[in-house]
Amino acid sequence: MAFYLAIKEFWRARGRFLLFSLVIALITMLVLLVAALGTGLADANRQFIDKLDADLLVVQEDNDLVLTTSRLDRQTLNGVRRINGVEAAGLIAFSNGSVLLPAGSEAEDIDVSLVGIEPGQLGAPELLAGQPLRDRYADQVLLDERLAADLAVSIGDRITLRTVQGAEQESFELTVSGITEERAYFFAPSVYLPLYTWEKVRPQAVGGGDGQPIGNLIVVTLTDPSQTELISARVLELVDGVEVADKETLVRAQPGYTAQQTTVEAQRGFALVIGVLVVGGFFQIQTLQKLPQIGMLKAIGIANRTVALSTLAQIVIVTAVGVALGTAVTLLMALGIPPVVPLRFTPPNMLAAIAALMLIGPIGGMVSVRLAVRIEPLSAIAQGK
Amino acid sequence: MTAALNVEQVTKIYGHGSAALRAVDSVSLAIQPGEFVALVGPSGSGKTTLLAMLAALLTPSEGRILIDGDDLSRMSEKERTVFRGRKIGFTFQANNLLPFLTALENVELMLRLNGGLDAEGKLRARALLERLGLGDRLNNLPSQLSGGQQQRVAIARALVHNPAVVLADEPTASLDTERAFQVVETFASLIHEQGRAGIMVTHDLRMVKYVDRVIHMVDGVIRDEVRIPQAIETLAKTSSFEAARSEAEAQQVSIPTFAARAPALVASGA
Repeated sequence: MAFYLAIKEFWRARGRFLLFSLVIALITMLVLLVAALGTGLADANRQFIDKLDADLLVVQEDNDLVLTTSRLDRQTLNGVRRINGVEAAGLIAFSNGSVLLPAGSEAEDIDVSLVGIEPGQLGAPELLAGQPLRDRYADQVLLDERLAADLAVSIGDRITLRTVQGAEQESFELTVSGITEERAYFFAPSVYLPLYTWEKVRPQAVGGGDGQPIGNLIVVTLTDPSQTELISARVLELVDGVEVADKETLVRAQPGYTAQQTTVEAQRGFALVIGVLVVGGFFQIQTLQKLPQIGMLKAIGIANRTVALSTLAQIVIVTAVGVALGTAVTLLMALGIPPVVPLRFTPPNMLAAIAALMLIGPIGGMVSVRLAVRIEPLSAIAQGK
Repeated sequence: MTAALNVEQVTKIYGHGSAALRAVDSVSLAIQPGEFVALVGPSGSGKTTLLAMLAALLTPSEGRILIDGDDLSRMSEKERTVFRGRKIGFTFQANNLLPFLTALENVELMLRLNGGLDAEGKLRARALLERLGLGDRLNNLPSQLSGGQQQRVAIARALVHNPAVVLADEPTASLDTERAFQVVETFASLIHEQGRAGIMVTHDLRMVKYVDRVIHMVDGVIRDEVRIPQAIETLAKTSSFEAARSEAEAQQVSIPTFAARAPALVASGA
């Protein structure tokens, strides 16, 4: 009975209900885009760290776990390697540069992360194609697959890296040895260089640095990953000037990350609250318009439960149609969004957003359901008297 | 023969203490199946309050109401709702029909409500609407029907589930005179044919032409109860209880059988 009434009314007033579903669809798009932006931004920030093969991450002490200003030398690395229970450790160094496009290309140079690694050691990425870097001094690079696609280069091609050293712009020509999976480090795609080559190429005050390379991060794997706490304590005790963190802690400590995610979360929250208010308002007005009709229904013997269920069923239908429509349009739009826009649609974040959106209908509609239930059947004969 | 509707010393008091108002004061009446009664009186006379109590929408402060032998005061709120759907048929002054259901669907609603719509029920709903002259309007929405047609759909809905009691609240309020007469005439003949106890609240005394009894309420009590056909006819023509009273007295003298069957005119209360 409740569904009969709900569906009949929905169908006969489908124009009005669909218009409202459209509003919900727009809210859905907003919420999904904000959710995707949240994931996209988070990914761009944390992708590199997330994908590292590591049980522990070691950075410089008294530096608030900030990667860019962390300084670790090879002695520290060796100190970590010697600790009982550490399976492997590797030094990673980060800096920025750009990749020059071939002459005649209209596009601007691409900003990249220059990642120094030790070939064959922990920290070297897995290859999708090609060969690993030959040795610590090789004039070779590994490219992030997205960067390789953007540059339209393949294995064996040469690329030109440019950095600022002193007051000069220096260019370095290197051979692409292999392609790795996509790993952006703080929004910039990664170019991997052997640690000593990296030391030459990286931006620095005076060109051609020949000292020992200084890294930012030591990645550590353990023989028994369940002993994280014990080994952490040992590292802190036996190695001078370091701090130990897990991936999540390190990501959250990077400047801007938490602030950015909080902002995005707040936007999503507001969009949902607006959704609740809009649904609530619409159904409240609709119920107010139907007061005499609902009074009549109750007078002729239709139970309160039926009236409430019917109202609720309509709210759920309208919300579901709107959310389905909004999701479909968002997914279609997503196909056309350029890859540089940090929007990432993943099943978990979309499902969470859709679940939240499906809830805004019933929550917003509560007030009108309550109103409908409270209408006195007596009003059917008391009206106009 | 047991009455379809029994009202025993029913009183409704609003407020309490010195501000208490006896909207309906010790009213008793019985209505037989197949009897059509008009409930008339000025506004504030208590007729709407009485109707609401008969409709199981309002609980009497004192006394009791029995429909088909069932005591309304012994029912819970939920039971009364179910009871209304099964035993009472309604037509209201306005907002009678669901705007999103067709004429036929509006009538069938009462059958759906009472345990499902079967083939027999569908036929009955259709036949009733045809009997009311709406055979070509079955699938029209209320917005496509005139006021009189809507009122006739409401009458079909009030009768389709074979209720014991049919209550009509100002069924002619929004109709012109000619349509009003048509509607009440059809209503009356269906109540007689189907043997329902019909009660119509109206302020238009011309409409009492088709009823079997007129109950005149004033200040919460029954002032007059007119049963004699000639008196009712006079009342419908003149809208005057004075004229009806003298007509009744005349009839009592000339046709004593009326007097023997029932008191022609009861002046009671105030």
